[in-house]
Amino acid sequence: MKFNPNSTILFVLAAAVIVFVIAQSVFFMVRAYRHGKEIGIDPAQMKKTIVSTAIFTVAPALSILLGVITLSKFLGLPLPWLRLSVIGAITYELPAATSTASAFGISLSETVSDPKVYSAIAWVMTLGIFPGLIWVPLFIKKIQGGLMKIKNKDGKWGDILMTSLFLGMISAFLGMVFADIRIGLAGWIPIFVLLFSALVMGICGILIKKCNMKWLETYALPISMLGAMIFAAVITPLIGG
Amino acid sequence: MKKSYEEMSHIYGRIWILSALGMIFAYPIVTCIYYGAWPGWKPVLTGLLGVAPIYWTVGLIEVLTFVPMLGTSSSYLAFVTGNLTSLKVPAALNAMENAKVKPGSEEGEVISTIAVATSSIVTTVIIALGVALLVPLTPILDSPIVKPAFDNILPALFGGLAVVYVSKNWKIAIAPLVFMIVLFLLVPSLSSSVGVLVPVGALIAIGAARIMYKKGRL
Repeated sequence: MKFNPNSTILFVLAAAVIVFVIAQSVFFMVRAYRHGKEIGIDPAQMKKTIVSTAIFTVAPALSILLGVITLSKFLGLPLPWLRLSVIGAITYELPAATSTASAFGISLSETVSDPKVYSAIAWVMTLGIFPGLIWVPLFIKKIQGGLMKIKNKDGKWGDILMTSLFLGMISAFLGMVFADIRIGLAGWIPIFVLLFSALVMGICGILIKKCNMKWLETYALPISMLGAMIFAAVITPLIGG
Repeated sequence: MKKSYEEMSHIYGRIWILSALGMIFAYPIVTCIYYGAWPGWKPVLTGLLGVAPIYWTVGLIEVLTFVPMLGTSSSYLAFVTGNLTSLKVPAALNAMENAKVKPGSEEGEVISTIAVATSSIVTTVIIALGVALLVPLTPILDSPIVKPAFDNILPALFGGLAVVYVSKNWKIAIAPLVFMIVLFLLVPSLSSSVGVLVPVGALIAIGAARIMYKKGRL
């Protein structure tokens, strides 16, 4: 069988897994929506959640698509399509592919034509990330039980603890933005983008509160994110990044 | 007795997540059988050695950090669909914030699940469309005009998100923020392993919050 990283069978395999994941999402969505109605959440609120999340997702999804395009140059389309639609992320898959290729003593500069190299890469990608799927069922009850204990003991501290978790995550990403400033003005671009996004979000907040534009709440995050991305595309050529 | 929503979420979640595991392994297995191309242990283990120690640790850390934020059903779903830090977790947080429900509450559980599910479906559909339309789309997405926009997607996302959370909880935010900014200024190369730093930031925030809480400053 002549190997081709873009063969029909590989597309069919990838599509099967992706359809399965969509089915899982639909299943949990319908369940949550029904349960939401039962416990008295306004269906309008749930619909708002769907619309605003869908809009927010478009830009990050396009950026994931860019990752698929990058990887497809070496691995054909089906494998990157599968990996980045399900559990993976470009930051995982590219090092996994590179690490495996170097085990064969080759570099990833053109499309893989040896089926053994290809299948080894597929194995490393799969084995590299699958434990996440085992940790969740293994630990989820313990983690939630621990949280419940803390909350029952001291409700206020429980809330502060959750907020601290979020802020820890946000801080790590805000800090990362400062990583490149030593390379000169171009290294400041991510900081300018961050500040611009924060500014747009702040303006949205004022409009929502002071001008009573409640509807804007749904769109505030996508607006500030897309606005800042456009801002990045405008200032980068000016600064010369 | 009828099992509660929460208990059923665990049962369904396990069925789905373990089936997903089987599906994901099917790809390399079928590829090997179909092409008669088993790569042998050595290259796989060598390749794995380069990435697994970090990925397995980050995977465990992600479960510990994100499960409390996401809730039950959305955890089972989000860990299958991936892209947690850059997409699913911010989507869930933003949705709960807008709906004014708390993570960990019953309402939070519902809203977070709807957000993660929507985000997963939209992402999968966009990527599928993109793969189908790859030839006309590649020059647009790859163009130098658009590139800086996508290069800066994380600051664009976290800037807006930070305003909402930091402004409300600036006292808790100061310590982890200062730590992270100083750390990245001193060791810029850490940006490739930001995933490992998320729990570090969380621990600093929790420590600082605990001290202020004990002193009655929060």
